[in-house]
Amino acid sequence: MTINWMEFSPIESFAGGLLIGLAAAVFILFHGRIMGVSGIVGGLLQSSKADRSWRLSFLAGLILAPLIAKFAGIAPAIRIEQSMIWLVVAGLLVGFGTSLGSGCTSGHGVCGIARLSPRSITATIIFMAFAMLTVWLMNKVQAGA
Amino acid sequence: MIKRVGEFLVGLIFGFGLLLSGMTDTAKVIGFLNVTGAWDPSLAFVMGGAVLLSFFAFRVSRNWRSSLFGRVIILSDLKMIDMKLIIGSAIFGIGWGLSGFCPGPAIASLTSGEIKSFIFVAAMLIGMGLETLSQRMRQVA
Repeated sequence: MTINWMEFSPIESFAGGLLIGLAAAVFILFHGRIMGVSGIVGGLLQSSKADRSWRLSFLAGLILAPLIAKFAGIAPAIRIEQSMIWLVVAGLLVGFGTSLGSGCTSGHGVCGIARLSPRSITATIIFMAFAMLTVWLMNKVQAGA
Repeated sequence: MIKRVGEFLVGLIFGFGLLLSGMTDTAKVIGFLNVTGAWDPSLAFVMGGAVLLSFFAFRVSRNWRSSLFGRVIILSDLKMIDMKLIIGSAIFGIGWGLSGFCPGPAIASLTSGEIKSFIFVAAMLIGMGLETLSQRMRQVA
């Protein structure tokens, strides 16, 4: 293992993490909900009309974030280098997996770990391990090709 | 109405956090997952910052009957570590490793003008729909 110092950005990442934690804190303290994106989106597909409005307000804020950042003069770093076909495959897997496993990086990885839920800690270890394994495997395949 | 504004602002703060932290930069996410190569540990700091702040909020509200807006606090009622959790998380991990996208950052990239984020989110919604559908079919059978 070598550290990629060129890309290393602990201050921005920690500050961003604090904002994510602040959002999760406000959500549980004021709204009484876990800020888990896959659950909030997934609920749109099956919940009642009354239950839909809070999900839509939250998602509207999330969707508009880069647009508002751009207005404020901050150009967010969004890099997507994968080809379309891999994005479709990955999107299907992410949607199916987070629905089956009841959570993603925000719900299990942030909120679940913060409330010391054994289920979420297990889920986070598993999805991190499989993601790292997948990246390792893809590097092998690409190096061989 | 104030609740709707509040939820919108939470989504917005969360989105800013994702953008600032590097989570919407899929190349950076893959750099974090690339532990055997040239590793970029930055995203561990994202989780550190996020867990640090929310930990206290979950502590404080642990014994509350309702939230500050008077709503019932809904946490997960599931306790069991079952096969659904394990297999679902593994499948999600593979998709995350392939793309560098998890659900939050993918949605927070939709208005960036990058068409690929639409493709990813559309596929993600189909994946969620398929899983919900397969659960309903199992319940019927």
